[in-house]
Order: sequence, then structure tokens, then C-alpha cells
Amino acid sequence: MQEIFSGNEAIARGAHEAGVRVASAYPGTPSTEILENIIQYKEIDASWAPNEKVALEVGIGASFGGGRALVAMKHVGVNVAADPLFTLSYTGVNGGLLLVVADDPEMHSSQNEQDSRNYAKFAKVPMLEPADSRECKEFTRLAFELSERYDTPVMLRSTTRISHGKSIVELKEPVTGLPAPKLVRNAAKLVMLPGNAKVRHPLVEERMAKLSRDGAALPFNRLELRDTRMGVITSGVCYQYVREVLPGASTLKLGMVHPLPHDLIREFAAKVDRLYVVEELDPFIEEQIKAMGIAVTGKEILPICGELTPGRIRKAFGLPSAETSAMEKLPGRPPNMCPGCPHRGVFFALNQLKAYVTGDIGCYTLGFLPPLSAMDTCICMGASIGNATGVVKVVGEEERKKVVAVIGDSTFLHTGINGLMDMVYNNAPATVVILDNRITAMTGRQENPASGFTLMDEPAQRIDFPLLCKALGVKHIRVVNPLDLEETRRVLQEEMERPEPSVIITDKPCVLIKREGVFTKGPVYQVNAEQCTGCRACLKIGCPAIEWQPGEGKKGKAFIDPLLCTGCDVCRQLCKFDAIGRSK
Amino acid sequence: MSDQITNILLVGVGGQGILLASEILSETFMLAGFDVKKSEIHGMSQRGGSVVSHVRYGREVFSPIVPEGEGDILFGFELMETCRALPLLKKGGKVVANDLRIPPPSVLMGQETYPDGLADRIRSQFPDLLLVDGQHLAMEAGNPRVANTVLLGAVSKRIDIAETYWLSALEKLVPKKALEVNRKAFMLGRDL
Repeated sequence: MQEIFSGNEAIARGAHEAGVRVASAYPGTPSTEILENIIQYKEIDASWAPNEKVALEVGIGASFGGGRALVAMKHVGVNVAADPLFTLSYTGVNGGLLLVVADDPEMHSSQNEQDSRNYAKFAKVPMLEPADSRECKEFTRLAFELSERYDTPVMLRSTTRISHGKSIVELKEPVTGLPAPKLVRNAAKLVMLPGNAKVRHPLVEERMAKLSRDGAALPFNRLELRDTRMGVITSGVCYQYVREVLPGASTLKLGMVHPLPHDLIREFAAKVDRLYVVEELDPFIEEQIKAMGIAVTGKEILPICGELTPGRIRKAFGLPSAETSAMEKLPGRPPNMCPGCPHRGVFFALNQLKAYVTGDIGCYTLGFLPPLSAMDTCICMGASIGNATGVVKVVGEEERKKVVAVIGDSTFLHTGINGLMDMVYNNAPATVVILDNRITAMTGRQENPASGFTLMDEPAQRIDFPLLCKALGVKHIRVVNPLDLEETRRVLQEEMERPEPSVIITDKPCVLIKREGVFTKGPVYQVNAEQCTGCRACLKIGCPAIEWQPGEGKKGKAFIDPLLCTGCDVCRQLCKFDAIGRSK
Repeated sequence: MSDQITNILLVGVGGQGILLASEILSETFMLAGFDVKKSEIHGMSQRGGSVVSHVRYGREVFSPIVPEGEGDILFGFELMETCRALPLLKKGGKVVANDLRIPPPSVLMGQETYPDGLADRIRSQFPDLLLVDGQHLAMEAGNPRVANTVLLGAVSKRIDIAETYWLSALEKLVPKKALEVNRKAFMLGRDL
């Protein structure tokens, strides 16, 4: 049977066909849909972990218990999961373990474009790289056999164009006859005390050397001879671009990008006149080929930054591009917080208070954009609180009062708790705002430990944020309604003044939550055109439901789109002329 | 079957239903026996930002994204976004555009104005433009929310694939209770 699957759907299907028992992940674009699709296969225990490190540790436990386990994350998630990953490389596995990492060249939805292939080399684990959805499914399935045969965790690297690209996939039946999971003790292999780890490290080196030698025979790498004047070594979506742009060239398509199959590369290099590497981001393959003493052209002609496209490859090879029409000069269309978003009022207040906002990762990072323009830093998941602590340690008393960390519910639980622990322990007098909208919103509304439900849609214990902060030792904890501008501004101001650590929790759900009884749309608002003076005060919150309608000369009036308004009431509070009210 | 690849671009604003429309296109091409690839960006760009989806079909498709300047058909859900995507289209490419203006943030805030005469600007470069009043025709079909399906019907007329595959794809991907109104909307667009 055929289906059109995204790479992520195909990876989920591959896990099902491979007999995976446990899947764990933290959502992150472009990897999120892997777990969202895996839940349709009822034999797999799938869950959201609070962060990628925990997700991998859950996977490791499942593997040690004898079950096959899949763990998924975006590229920056591997930074968080790196600690267990590097030692897992030494212990090896019992049931097969696959870590799927989705890179984001071009940073469509990310804060950097780190190349995860370096992690495979650094942690000394094999890495597969599929080039379309069919390979996503097949490689996922084969990864578990590889993992068990070579006693190693396996990484599978996707990129945005693979994860979110769709192509045709042939479905197969799941494998049968896998051994039933049970406790098997092998402490010398799994307890990584120095004495045991010293025994394991040489085995890791042998494993990687063997994988490199076996590279030609494994079903991942493919040598395709066409015109031998030009040979291109490539992998992933770049293979597709090369076939499109240089259809006559011979290719060595690498499905396993670490370790590289040295013999196959030598064989290919000997058969072609000029050798090229076409790869996105770092010169990962290129540098290793150069270290083998083989002349090859790569990043001299291809960019390191951003993703490759057929057009960029054409340009690099000096090929003519299609004639395109001139680019029109048009107003931009950046993303924006939704109408009624509970974050909007908080950032409006922070802007008014001229706060120095250490930001974090989530929808609320859009608070950086005008007209809210209330974010000064954003580094990585959970960084806001530590950043605020550091800033207040160095600036003077008056500036200290301006420092506010802003972090979402899911991001706080991901890696923010430790930052708050440090802020309290070391008595750093900054204010933390936890934006609790009861969901992991930016990645498309995933449940989390504070949402009350699991990935499998079962009711779950909800984290009590005030109680958690109290347990960490925070003495000043305030809960506010972020749709009440006056209350939000007053509480923020009071806590910013306070020379002690304090936490403000905003308590309003995301407007996109569909579960009944969480978010309810209020009666919509309208502008009374007779009372509207055209002062533009309501435009300062940047709500997509409010439109400036120009009139004669400089005059104009505000208009509220009733199809977009959620009735949050924030714009009404800004109108000094009582021109905004509920529709009759 | 020739080696010719047909390149379709769907553009608009996040939240307009572009992904579903591109799924229906892809499904149709698969049912008709072609190789299909499609690509788009999820995540941050979906919060009301510009969205571009690429769909390609033919005997064998390699790249999931349409090379710059090689689009055969531009399927625009919003006028300004249609205009923005013109450099992706090949000379003589076809355009089917919804006659709809969604103001971006700078226009909402009164800092910029929504450009005038976009349809004429498109037509001057790409004479094969069909401007569709999707909202109006959707009302005629019985539901203002099926404007995309009207447009899809109009696009289908410009692609050489038998009607039956389009209708099967609709049946597979549209929720049962909304199927009838979508079928009606599709035929309205197809008859334009």
C-alpha cells in the first residue's frame, strides 16, 4: 500500500514497523510530528518528556530493559541530551536505540543552525541520513537492526526539508519475533565507573572502525556511475538537488554519514575525474575526505551558511539559472502573536515599564517584534532566568530594578527550574515572569507536565507552579491575570522594585487550545466610530484583529475584525474615550 | 509518461489552510500514478506569517522544492503574497489568485498602506491570471470557509489530470460532514 508521508510521519511508521516499544521526545520544530504521529500505533508507549535529556534517559532505560526505543528532538535538543548520549555510546544497548535529530538549516524556526553530524563523530555513534520519506521509513526500520548488531545507539539525522517534505512511501508489516523485554543484569557493561568505562572505550573505537569498513556492504550507501568526468559525494536532501541540477554526474550517495565508508570513497574517487562534495552547513564529509589525502572541492564554491537549494547549487557550479521576474517591493509579513494571546498584555506592560527583558524560547519570543518591542536577550531553552541573575550581579541598583526574566510554562519545566533554584540560592534580586498558558504553544500545542494531560491524551497530575516556586524557596510569588493590564503593570512594578528574587505567574490559557473548558472565546468587541478619535492607542498592542482604517488627510479610525476578535478585552482597557465595547 | 515535471506553488498567510490544499493536490497526483514531492515550512512562520508550499509531480521527482524561476502554476490565497511569490514562477507561468487582501501588521498599525493595483501588476508580467472571488463563490457553495476548495477547483482546470482523481482525493482528505459542500465548491471553481 502507498501513502504520501512527511519525513516525520515516515519515521513514526518506521518505528511501528521496527517493533519499537517506547518513544520519548520534547517537541521542537521540525521534529515535533514524529511523536504526534507515533501515537496512532497503539503498541508504542509514547510520551513527552520535560526535556531532551530526560527523553533520552527514558529511551536508554527502555533499551536496557530489552525494548526497542526511539527518542526524537530538534538539533539544539541534542545539546541538552548530550550528557547521557556520550556515555550511552560506551555502554551500548540491549534493545535497539535510535535518536532522531532534526536539523534546521536556514533557521526557519531555530536560534542557530548547528550541524548535528558533528555530534555523531563527537559521541562516536553511527548516523544515518535519509534523502526522502521512503528512506526515512526504511532507515528507521534498519537502524534498530544496526543498533543491536553493532551494540550501539544510532542517530538518524533529518533536516527541515526532509522532516516537512512529503513523498510516496510503501507500507510494510511490522517485524515479529523480537525477544520479550526483561531485566538482564550486566553491571560491568552498564555501570560506567572509570574501571568499567576504560574497558568499554577501546570497544567503541573498534566498533566505529568496523562500521566504517562495513560501509560498502551496509544498505545505506550507494554508488551511482553516470558520466565519470564529474563525481559528487552527497547525502540527505542535497542528493535530490544534485540529481536535479547535475543529472549527468556520477554520485556517491551516503545514507550513513558517520562513520564514512573509506574504501567506497576511495573507489569512487578513483573512478571520476573531478570530485565534489555537496553538503549543507559544515564541511563535515569534505574535511574527512581531505584528511584521507583525496583532492575534493566543496565549501570553496558552496555556502556554509543557510540551506542549499537547486538554485544555490546551480550558482556554485556556474550553471545558468532560470530567468525570474523582478521582486516586488511589498510590506513584510512577519509572524505575530494571535488575537487574544495572553502574552500580549504582559509585553505591553514590560515595554511601558522600560524593563530589560531576558527572554526565552516560545511564542512569546515574538514579544521582541514591534510594536511590543520588549525583549533584550534570547539564547536557548531556559536561559532567561540564569541570564537575569547574571545581569543583576553586575549592574547598579537602579538598573537592577529593570531586569525581568520571561519564560513560558513548558520552557520553565524544560530547563528553567535550575535557573530559578540558582537565583534563590544565590539571592539574585531579579523578577521572573512565568507565562503559564497551559500548553507548549509554539510547536503546535503539545501537552506538558503543567497542562494536565499526556501525549496519549490521558489525564495527568498538573504541576502547581506557586507550590513549586515555594519549594524552591521563592518568598514572593504573585499570580496575575495577564488580560488585566492595570493589575499586570502594578504587580510587575512592585516586584521589580523589590530587592529580592520574586516570581509572577500569569494564568490564562493559549487561545488555540481546543480542549473543551480551557479557553472560551468571549463576546467580540467593536469600535464605536462616533466615539473613536483616531488616537491609535489601541494599535500599540499589535493585535491582528485591530486595523487602522485611514480617512481623509491624517484622520482615521480603528476597526475590529469580528471574525478575529476573541473578546480578550485588552484593547478596551487602552481606549481613553470608551470607544471600544462589546458588540450588541 | 514524459520526463516533464510540473511545479506548483501555493502561497498565502499562515492559518489560511494552505497545507490542506497542498495535501489534496499531492494526493490527486499520486492517485493518477505520478511520483510526487511536496515541501513547506511549519512552526514559527505559521503565526500569521507568509507561507509557501511547493508541490511537484512527474515520472520521477528529485528535489522537494521548486527551483527558483521554474514554477508552472502559482496558486495564491492572498493577493500580496501572490505578488511576493512571482519570482518563483517561470516566464509564461499561470496564476490563479484569490481576490483577497489580508493586511500585514505594518498595515494594521497604519505605518504602511496595502499596495494598490496588485492584480494589474501580476497581469502585466503574467497575462495568464485568473482572479477568483473565492469568498463570494464559497458563500454560493453554502459555506464561507470553503473558499480554498473553490480555488482548488480553478487550479484543477489548469492541470491535465482527470476529474475523478481530484474528487477521490477530496473524499479522502476532507472530513465526511464537510464533503458535500467542498465538492460543490470544487465544481464551482472548476467551471470558472
